[in-house]
Amino acid sequence: MSKPKVHNHQHDVVIVGAGGAGMRAAIETGPHVTTAVISKLFPTRSHTGAAQGGMAAALANVEEDNWEWHTFDTVKGGDYLVDQDAAEILAKESVQAVIDLENMGLPFNRTPDGKIDQRRFGGHTRDHGKAPVRRSCYAADRTGHMILQTLYQNCVRLGIEFFSEFYVLDLIMNTVDGEERPSAVVAYELATGEIHIFQGKSIIFATGGFGKIFKTTSNAHTLTGDGVGIIWRKGLPLEDMEFYQFHPTGLAGLGILLSEAARGEGAILRNASGERFMERYAPTIKDLAPRDMVARAMANEVREGRGAGPHKDYVLLDLTHLPPEVIDAKLPDITEFARTYLGVEPYTEPVPVFPTAHYAMGGIPTNVKAEVLRNNKKVVPGLYAAGECACVSVHGANRLGTNSLLDINVFGKRAGIYAVEYAKKAKHVPVPKDAAQGVLDLLEEMQNSTGTEKIAVLRKELQDTMDKNAQVYRTEESLDEALEVIAGLRKRYKNIQVQDKGARFNTDLLEAVELGFLFDLAEVLVVTSKERRESRGGHFREDYPTRNDEKFMVHSMAYKNGKKIKVDWKPVVITNYPPMERKY
Amino acid sequence: MSTAVAETTEIGVVPSFTVTLFVRRFSKEDDLEARWEDFDVTVHGTDRVLDALHKIKWEQDGSLSFRRSCAHGVCGSDAMRINGRNRLACKTLIKDLDITEPIYVEPIKGLEVEKDLIVNMEPFYQAFKDVKPFLIATDKPKAERLQSPEERARFDMTTKCILCAACTSSCPVFWTDGQYFGPAAIVNAHRFIFDSRDEAADVRLEILNDKEGVWRCRTTFNCTEACPRGIEVTRAIAEVKQAILRGKP
Repeated sequence: MSKPKVHNHQHDVVIVGAGGAGMRAAIETGPHVTTAVISKLFPTRSHTGAAQGGMAAALANVEEDNWEWHTFDTVKGGDYLVDQDAAEILAKESVQAVIDLENMGLPFNRTPDGKIDQRRFGGHTRDHGKAPVRRSCYAADRTGHMILQTLYQNCVRLGIEFFSEFYVLDLIMNTVDGEERPSAVVAYELATGEIHIFQGKSIIFATGGFGKIFKTTSNAHTLTGDGVGIIWRKGLPLEDMEFYQFHPTGLAGLGILLSEAARGEGAILRNASGERFMERYAPTIKDLAPRDMVARAMANEVREGRGAGPHKDYVLLDLTHLPPEVIDAKLPDITEFARTYLGVEPYTEPVPVFPTAHYAMGGIPTNVKAEVLRNNKKVVPGLYAAGECACVSVHGANRLGTNSLLDINVFGKRAGIYAVEYAKKAKHVPVPKDAAQGVLDLLEEMQNSTGTEKIAVLRKELQDTMDKNAQVYRTEESLDEALEVIAGLRKRYKNIQVQDKGARFNTDLLEAVELGFLFDLAEVLVVTSKERRESRGGHFREDYPTRNDEKFMVHSMAYKNGKKIKVDWKPVVITNYPPMERKY
Repeated sequence: MSTAVAETTEIGVVPSFTVTLFVRRFSKEDDLEARWEDFDVTVHGTDRVLDALHKIKWEQDGSLSFRRSCAHGVCGSDAMRINGRNRLACKTLIKDLDITEPIYVEPIKGLEVEKDLIVNMEPFYQAFKDVKPFLIATDKPKAERLQSPEERARFDMTTKCILCAACTSSCPVFWTDGQYFGPAAIVNAHRFIFDSRDEAADVRLEILNDKEGVWRCRTTFNCTEACPRGIEVTRAIAEVKQAILRGKP
């Protein structure tokens, strides 16, 4: 491998990631300061586009609603691990966030009088849990697609500068005035194999999730957590990594997502005998209980032998009582997924479904200005994070459906606003001479590898153990097994084989690099899961099956300490809602 | 080969079968011209062409290059020619093809091949940008704008576009004339021309009245057939043509 060329760029704001959060930030920064958006994908390929059901906002267009109810639902849905000041901001700013998108051109579905239409979604209720409320603003079942397209369209309008198919692999920090600050990111250009250093006064991470640590997932192949992994390797903490959401309705065996909007429109989950089993688990709101409860209920039905199919290993999502014209108008994409991938006709047949790894509640800790935290108290000036990669924390132990499209818009916008404010008063932090060396060494080592281990084999073994040991149900024993497997895989990772020795479009090389990030994040998830000896939201420990507020009403904060992982704790911000038992 | 088709009620026990893929290979670094390379792959009843390509890349030849991300037909990364038709690899089930014959996979046409199944998408993206693909409105609303369900339905079809280029790269006019805007750009213009909130239909209609605009379309319907999102692309182009003749949407 000849030495790749290294290019230098300088902007006021550098945004890593061109999904919803990154582009929403760019729309705030672009008109005011020079901005670069760097993304491993062309912007409209980002996984925001796969979001289906909607975006929560208490517009009260179709029935009474207000932001306080929305705040309460978010806090309760998150099993009280939500920082309540952040949840208030999320709910209060949701209305403007939807109006911003409408004004930018987003084609929401409309009510007969021309307003934005709204529908029901899990965990969103009227007056503190009395009944489901219609709060989700939507565009058929492709709301994420429309958000992603609309944001990209507006970036085109504003002339935002994109660097697509550039893989950011490192963050460069440097000490100024006795304080460590971000200086630049180092990116690998897929088309050429060349290296680019992007210096920015403010740097925003909006890199999405890392669902590919699991085998069964709704996440894209590209969601390997590179951004979160880079922050981790810098010695900065990750918050609440044990909280990972398993979405109840993935297509059985495939993990492809079927939106909760199906249940919002009236679809019902049934077990093998046709029983509407959610009536037993959540008598008031039944199928519209929060995702963690529904996913566990489904897994429990299967464990206790009431699953459907020849192996009794899934349950059924029944839409057959819905009029076909409602299905066509409001759920066209997901019913097509059932037809295309399983050959099931949702008009007449129930669809086989099982939980699928979907969303990381945890991630890079930030405050409500999207500033990245160095520890429980201090921020890293100039460094921001927003979207799934971040943990504000508005989702706590379990995210409500439609709060993620809201999160990327509210906190993506905030990241942009505060990044501009900072960039206007700050100076560029000098880039050290050897800034690219870490990435160059890593790539050279990978590409010159002559080992025998295949990348895909190691990745699959990681995903298998995570599905087996760290999914809906966890125990000390299962988590220990996962750690042992990961340790073994890490050793074999030193002996991998990258077959593509070329410089252009070398995705073989990048898959090897991505695998390293997957190992890091899987390990942090398992270690924090072990430390949290209670059950809360998406984290369920069979050996500690109840919530323990006395000990664990705190966020976990994991730090890289050499090869070890140190877990610390951070208080939860409580404003109005003292923790209560979560019943639906 | 109906025996190879999975019963939908038997998820997890779907039978496997072996198929042969002929993949068009090319590397700017090493090759003067493209060549076919064949691979035998064992696949399952629910596997798609993308799964087969991954099996080749992950088990046989790591240098095989293609774009992909979401793997369920919404990100638009993996449009390619499969048995001579433009399709998304992640939406094409292998069992639905004729598996008694080899499956031919090659890059989409009309755009320069960079490596294997990866083409240079820049001209395609540029045509999209050239039609002003964003809402243009001079009003400064303080709240949401109103739009009736009927007005919203008028352009629903063209909001589905995922910019995969399956339509544009199936168009014979685009193959021979690199200047033509192509179906996808016209679809995205349509999405705004017929949006009741937009005020710049005349600007876009003038852009598309250009000699490289809608009039180059020969209504071969390749684009409609190629669209993985079910957009009636040829009809959308016809509606834009009619709007130009009318002088308004």
